Order: sequence, then C-alpha cells, then structure tokens
Amino acid sequence: MSKSAIVTNSLSKKFGNFTAVDQISFDVKEGEIFGFLGPNGAGKSTTIRMLCTLSRPSGGSATIAGFDIVRQDSEVRKHIGLVSEKMIMYNELTARENLKLFGRLYDIPKDELNRRIDEILSLVHMEKWADKQIGTYSTGMKQRINVIRAMVNKPNILFLDEPTLGLDPQSTSEIREVIRKINVENRTTMILTTHMMVEADLLCNRIGIIDHGKIVALDTPANLKKMASGTDVAIHEFDIPNLNNAMISAIKAVGGVSSIVQESETRIKVRSGGDSFDSILDTVRKCGGKVKEVKSLEPTLEDVFLRITGREVRDSVSDTVKINHQGGPRHGPMGGGGGSKRGR
Amino acid sequence: MGASSIIRHSAWICWKDLTEFSRSKLRLVMLILMPLFMMVMVGFIFPSGGSISDQPVAISMQDVEQSVTNPLTGNTTTYWMGDTFVTQLEAINNETGMMTLSTSPGFDDIKAQIQDGKLSGGIIIPGNFTSDILAGRQGAITVITDQSNPQVSQMMQAVLSKTIEAMGTYFARMNVNRTYGVDFNSTVAVIQPYSVQFQGIMPGEPNYFQFVAPGIIGMTVMMSLMTGLPHAISYEKDIGTLDGMLVAPINRLSIILGKVLAQTARGLIQAAIVITLAILLFGVTIQGNILLVVGIILLSVFSFVGLGILITSFTEKEETATMVMMTLMFPMMFLSGVFFPIQQMPWYMQDVAHALPLTYATTALRKVMVLGAGISSIWIEATVLFAFGVVFLAIAVPMFKKAMSR
Repeated sequence: MSKSAIVTNSLSKKFGNFTAVDQISFDVKEGEIFGFLGPNGAGKSTTIRMLCTLSRPSGGSATIAGFDIVRQDSEVRKHIGLVSEKMIMYNELTARENLKLFGRLYDIPKDELNRRIDEILSLVHMEKWADKQIGTYSTGMKQRINVIRAMVNKPNILFLDEPTLGLDPQSTSEIREVIRKINVENRTTMILTTHMMVEADLLCNRIGIIDHGKIVALDTPANLKKMASGTDVAIHEFDIPNLNNAMISAIKAVGGVSSIVQESETRIKVRSGGDSFDSILDTVRKCGGKVKEVKSLEPTLEDVFLRITGREVRDSVSDTVKINHQGGPRHGPMGGGGGSKRGR
Repeated sequence: MGASSIIRHSAWICWKDLTEFSRSKLRLVMLILMPLFMMVMVGFIFPSGGSISDQPVAISMQDVEQSVTNPLTGNTTTYWMGDTFVTQLEAINNETGMMTLSTSPGFDDIKAQIQDGKLSGGIIIPGNFTSDILAGRQGAITVITDQSNPQVSQMMQAVLSKTIEAMGTYFARMNVNRTYGVDFNSTVAVIQPYSVQFQGIMPGEPNYFQFVAPGIIGMTVMMSLMTGLPHAISYEKDIGTLDGMLVAPINRLSIILGKVLAQTARGLIQAAIVITLAILLFGVTIQGNILLVVGIILLSVFSFVGLGILITSFTEKEETATMVMMTLMFPMMFLSGVFFPIQQMPWYMQDVAHALPLTYATTALRKVMVLGAGISSIWIEATVLFAFGVVFLAIAVPMFKKAMSR
C-alpha cells in the first residue's frame, strides 16, 4: 500500500484565461480508492482527463504507474481504464461485441479475451444479457457494462468519473458494490470523482476536496469529518413546524452560529460554537417557534465541504440535489451521514 | 506499435463502424435511397433534347396573296409566302412534335395569352411578308416568346431557323428547276452539295444519365468521406465513445484509418448502387474497363480523405462539422461538373473548378465510363487526384493528431 500509483506535481490546465485545474499535487497509493469530491466545474473531470492522457496539461507533471502522462502516454494507456461520465459503448452492438472491440484494441489474444469477457460479465451478473444490443438495456444495466468495459484490459488503475450519476438508488448501490469488489479482488487502484458526499464517504480511503481547480483538503473521510467538527463546533438539526424566515434571520444573528442550512420546510441545520445551543433555543422560542425535535449530528463530508469552502456543494448545482437524495438521502439508511464510518 | 498493429486496430474499428451501420435499418435504407433519389432527381429535372414537346404556339397570319404577271409570257402566278412558311413549319413540327399550333389575330392577343400561361410563344407573319420578298427585300417574321421560360425561346429559334432553311431550299429548288430545267427531285444536290452528320465516338444515343452517372458516383464518394468521416468522428466525440479509443494504447492513426476504411466501404457500396441503377433503370452503358472505374473511385477516395480528416480536426462538435461540410460541399458539387459540363462555365469559374479534386474525379470517370478511355487518357487526372490526396493528408494527419490531444 505504500507505493504510489499516481503522483501529480503542480498539475495545471488552462482553457484560455480560465484555470480549470490550478497546480494540484497529490499522490494515490497502490490499491487505494481515492475520491475527488467537489461541485460540478470544480476541475475533477479535467484532472481525470489529463491523467488519462486525453487532455494535455498546461503545466506541472504527473506519473501513472511510474510513466509520465505526456512523454510516455502510450505506456500510461496500457495501465489504465476509464469509466467516463458519458458511457463508452455502442448501442447497436451487444455487450459482448463492445467488450470484444475494446479488448482487441488492447491486443488481448482471442481465447484469453473470451475468458476475460465471461469473467467480467459474471462480475456484474450480466451473462444472460451479453448477446443483446446495448440499446435495449436499462440505464443501470448499461452502466454495469460501462464499468466492466474499463476492466477488460485488467488495468492497474481505474478512473471512474461520476460512476453513479443519474442512476436510480438500486443501480447506484449495485455499481458501488461492483467498484468495491473490483478494488478488493484485483487490488485495482481507483480514482473516483463525485459530487456526492455519501458516495465519497462510502467508497473512498482518502478524499481530496477540490474547489475552483484547487485541492482544498485531502485526508481520510474520518479525519476530514473530525476537522469539520473540531471541539468547539456542534451541528444541530431543529424540527420547527412553524419555521419562518424571520426566525432563520434571528438564529443567524445569534453569536457563535456559523451557518444555517434549511433542509426542508420545517428543518434547519445549524452549525455553531459549542456553547451557543441555549441561545439558539431561546431565540427560536422568542420568535414564537415550537421546537418539535432537536438532533445532535456528527459532521458529514458535506459539512466538511461547507466548512472548507464556505458554501454548500449543492448551492452550485441545483439539479444535483435530486440525484443526491435519490442516490441515498444523506441521513437515510444509505447515508454516510451521522458519522458512522461505513465502507471499508 | 508498428504498421501491422495500426492496420489490425483500424480493422477492428472499421468492423465496429460497419456492424453499427448494418444494424441501423434507417441508415441502410438511406444508403440505397440516396443515390436512387439523386439519379432520378437530376436525371429528370435537367432538360434533355426530347424534353420539350407540345408547347402551345399561336400563329398570326397577316400576310396576303400576291399575283405577279410575267411580262414576257403574260402568265399570272400567285404567291403566298406566308402560307408556304406555315406549311414548312407544320411539316417540321409533325416530325418533332415540339409545338401545338393554333391561330391568333395578332400581337396583343398572343401577349395576353402568354401572360395567362395559355401560350408559350407566338409567330407573327406580317401583311407585307410576300410583297417584301417579291420586291427583293427580306421578309420579316416576328417571334414572341415567354421570357420566363428560356427553353421555349431556344426551341423556337431552332425550329424557325430550320423552317427558314427549308423554305429557302424549297424556293431555290423551284428556281433551279425553272431556270435550268433540272429535274426537281435532283435539285437538292445542286443547292446543298454537302451535308453534315453527327456521330459520337461510341454507339448509342447520348443521354443525360450517361453524362450525370459518373458525376454522381464521384459526388457520392466525396460525400461519404467529406461528410461521413467528420460526422462519424465528431459524433463519437459528442457521445463520448471516442474517449474509449483514445484511452486505449493504440496509435491515433488507427482510429482515423478505421473510420476511413468504413466510410470507403460505404462509398464503394453506394457507387456500386449508382452504377447498377444507372445501367438497369436509366440505360447507361459503361464503355471502359470496370476495374479502371473502381480504380478511379479508390483514387478519389484517397484524394478526399485528407480533406475529410482536416474538417474533422478543425471542428469540435458534430453541429459545426455539419455546417462546415455543407458550406464546402455545395460549391464542390456544382462547380465540379457533376451536373453540367464545366466548359459551360465562365473562364474564372472554370479556374475554380480546376482547383477542386471532384472535377478530376468526375472527368476521369466520365472519360472511362462514357468514352471508353484507357489509362493513357486519364493519367493526368489520376496524377492530380493523387497529388491532392498527398497534400491534404500531409496537412491533415498532424492536425488530427494535435486535435485529438486537447
């Protein structure tokens, strides 16, 4: 686990005047699942594309499995697999034909390739569908093939760009299961990008939080959460049936309150200094609010992001909220919330 | 990563493209319909010799008989030149069937009827026609045509000059007969000792399909490479599948070569369809060697490949690719002598035509298919096509490699 599969050194990408990736340096250890967490447009996909040799860096350098991504790009390509946000498959071809095509591009001998195809098809339980055209599949089935397609050449390093984007909850958990299985069984190093806190928390050994092209924090999920909670920060969720805007403004004005997030019509989540809980309750009562329930929450990665960047992840992209809840409500059964360390 | 692996990988990419293509019913139908549609369309809308018939034309006869008494013999002869003219005109028209003749009182009536679309033209034979001729002056005939239809005026000019010629011959023969006493049936050799006959160097009547079929073959091949290639690549770029090939350890050239092979196969199939349709439905015959035709087609493919790749490299999205292609294709289609000979164009446009590879492809195909030419007659075109291919590829390949690693 100590050898580095990926090392980047001040890697940058500019599009005209816009800096998409701003001198990021990190390394990913062999066998690790490394998460890139950040809102859309933060530079996650651009970083992945550079590491996959699809895009040339404007500055800095990186090595994949010891090979330079610019000078030794063809060597790099032999060691990597890419699960892109857009599915890399042809609808008119069957799953098997798709896998065969890409296997052939990696010069895998015929017999070995056929064995390999059966193996990865069974990994996602798609043997029965193997000879049907991809166009007839559901999105979840397509994504399963899309993931194993990147595995056809047994890559040491697998890049997964938003692998569960737009999937229903069931397919999402299936895909996450497959990702974990691949990682455990093949000791495949993985880089995963996501804007979903839960996903990063569930899957990743370490997480790099990326915002405006810069890595703003990089640690294990547990440590990141510790960082968010600290000793003097408490997060409380209030359920106030007669919640109104005046009340929210009043709470905001309470000393020690650092942020308020309205979760639903009646629920708000308040981050505050440890000793301001009483003052908040007083303020709510003063405004005529009836508190039905108060929960003390352990910080989630969302709180980490909030604390580091000063804004909600979902503020930046409205449409991700829906997917986020579909993918697993943050404090629901799937959730990485509540601080209970799941995953591996 | 030698040449053999490039070819192997490109064969797989070509296999993929063709499999995809063969499973799309709509695309298969279009593959056959497009050339058929093209042939039928251009074959029937463009005028050919026999296409004008039964044009309504009115004759306004204002001429009157004139009697002339020979002072020596005292015999009186009656002349009605206008009637002779109409008789000759009717005789010629009976052969060609170009006009449907009617009568009209005069100019104003003819004008009104042309405006109403009832007539295509009119012929006015003035009142002094016979007397002018008898007095040694030229007889004048007024022809009125529908200016909105240039074909009609051409047709009428042709018919009238034939009529006048026939009339002139008729009177000349009468005079020769009368003056020299030559037997009337032999007089023609006295007046027209020479005659000209037109014959093509190949048997058969020339027809427009014969002319246009080689052009359409050239155009189809050009289209499959110039639109098919950029489309195939920019489409994969848009839907994201191109990344799958780019991230594989294959030479970038394999991708473009695979696509070129698939598009070439498509172009050849379409060319074969055009040739088959042309022979079966439109009576076109191929005079030259069919292998030579295939050879020219392949050479044309080579000359367009670079241009196709160049467009691909410049255009990021499928939409822009389509726009750029259309802008380039239309001038090439109309300036390269596909539909009408470039010799008909003004000289500066001919110069433009000579800068387009399609011109050479079309000319070479036409020489072989229509004129039965051999290699020795088309080597200039072949060399130019090859040169176009080399130059465009030399520019396009580095551009493509650069474009693929943005």
